[in-house]
Amino acid sequence: MDLLIENVGHSYGSVEVLREVSLDIPHGQIVCLVGPSGCGKSTLLRFLGGLEEPRAGRVLTVGEPPSDSLNPLTYVFQHFALLPWRTVEGNVRLVLEDHRLGRAEIDAIVADVLARTRLSEFAGALPKQLSGGMKQRVAIARALAVRPAVMLLDEPLSALDSQTSELLLDDLVALWTRQPFTAVYVTHNLSEAVRLGHRIVVLSRRPGRIREILTVDMPLSDRHLGDPVLEAHQRQLWELMRDEAVAADRELLGE
Amino acid sequence: MSERRDEGSDDRRGNPVAFRGRGFAPRPVPGVGLAVFVILIAAAELGTRTGWISALTLPRPSAVFATFVDLWRSGQLWIHLVPSLRRILVGGSIGIGVGVSLGVMIGLFGLVRAGLVPLVAALFPIPKIALLPLFVVWFGIDEASKYALIAFGTFTPTVVATFGAVDNVDRGLIRMGQSFGLSWWSIVSKIVLPGAFPGILSGLRVSISIGIILLVASEMIGAEHGVGAYILEAGALYDLERLFTGVALLSILGLLVSWIIDLVERRFLGWRG
Repeated sequence: MDLLIENVGHSYGSVEVLREVSLDIPHGQIVCLVGPSGCGKSTLLRFLGGLEEPRAGRVLTVGEPPSDSLNPLTYVFQHFALLPWRTVEGNVRLVLEDHRLGRAEIDAIVADVLARTRLSEFAGALPKQLSGGMKQRVAIARALAVRPAVMLLDEPLSALDSQTSELLLDDLVALWTRQPFTAVYVTHNLSEAVRLGHRIVVLSRRPGRIREILTVDMPLSDRHLGDPVLEAHQRQLWELMRDEAVAADRELLGE
Repeated sequence: MSERRDEGSDDRRGNPVAFRGRGFAPRPVPGVGLAVFVILIAAAELGTRTGWISALTLPRPSAVFATFVDLWRSGQLWIHLVPSLRRILVGGSIGIGVGVSLGVMIGLFGLVRAGLVPLVAALFPIPKIALLPLFVVWFGIDEASKYALIAFGTFTPTVVATFGAVDNVDRGLIRMGQSFGLSWWSIVSKIVLPGAFPGILSGLRVSISIGIILLVASEMIGAEHGVGAYILEAGALYDLERLFTGVALLSILGLLVSWIIDLVERRFLGWRG
């Protein structure tokens, strides 16, 4: 299943956040959205998952999602959004309980995703007992449990310290390498973008428009911290964004 | 290398940075709560025994205790306590049940909020005791008017606490539920209600205490038995020992409620950070 964004524009009150954004997200690719703060990248992600409706333009899904997909468009949130009163296992179960699955099937899915995110031994822990990185792995496990056609990741590593996010980045690459998934990855961190993105979409500052689309050909599993080719891409991205970022930083917020 | 520094003398390497991060972090101190009760009661006992406090001002705590034992032995304790407990249980359950339900509805639906929040704000400051004669006319002099008074009194604080608690549920969690396609009912029962539970519970502390106050008020009219009736009768006869026995019973009831809510919090709210 592909996603298609057609001429999407949006404004909050009198503030225009997005203008004429068109983009396609083909099956099996990770598309990174980068841009200065307030450029509407998270808003765009909310349109993609149907959590918000654009004022102008449309978001389309092309083709049918795999028949076993329980929730084709699935988010991973910046602040994890785990229920603090449920255990790790309970949080994963939450998203399966509304589907008519047998007890055995739910148990099997939970065991599988916890194993894939190396959380099996923490199944009974409460979120308050987990580090930030572990919490985000639970959220990723929860997202995998519903077999998404497209994963929508909203700055998933931004709330973590840099060492932890490096580890999680490796986890995401390993997950993708084992079983490629389609993803839209919003971030303000350019090094994350060049490590994960097959394509990197640079948005301009508010109102956000697509400024440039950068394609990175290197296979994900070959991309390592400090790789000169990636560094060059990252520098190129920064050149594109610096002036925008300066201008965005000096803007007054508010309605 | 470095010379030893002795107390009070100047250290040429500099002065220690003064610690100023003290306080503003209350810690539980065990036993102090009990000690306050013991000291106050002991002071009252001492004061009344020495004559420093006249017997007309304050009864002797030991005499109050003796009255309590008498009440227990004669079986009168249960005759008064049982109807009171039934009134607070029935009235309180109705008030809290309706309050929580409406509070959740106010928290979830704009129309209900727009319609009921002003009404609740108008009802809240009414001293419910003032409505007792009205309730007697509406519901009769028997139990129903007592239930109604307690229900009405516990209802308003429960509603306010509940919709406040629902408002404070993390919107991010609700969004998450929606993004995974959870049904409306699943979101309410698995995200909104558990998230609001701590706030509802602390609201119950207030509601139930108000319920106990109104219990006494409701027993002012048309009650033969009950802790409130017992206190009012003792007051009318200026029988201080009995008056204080009744008052102590209410305090114990309050402590008991607070203890039960503590237990519930410890059992169900262990997930809080």
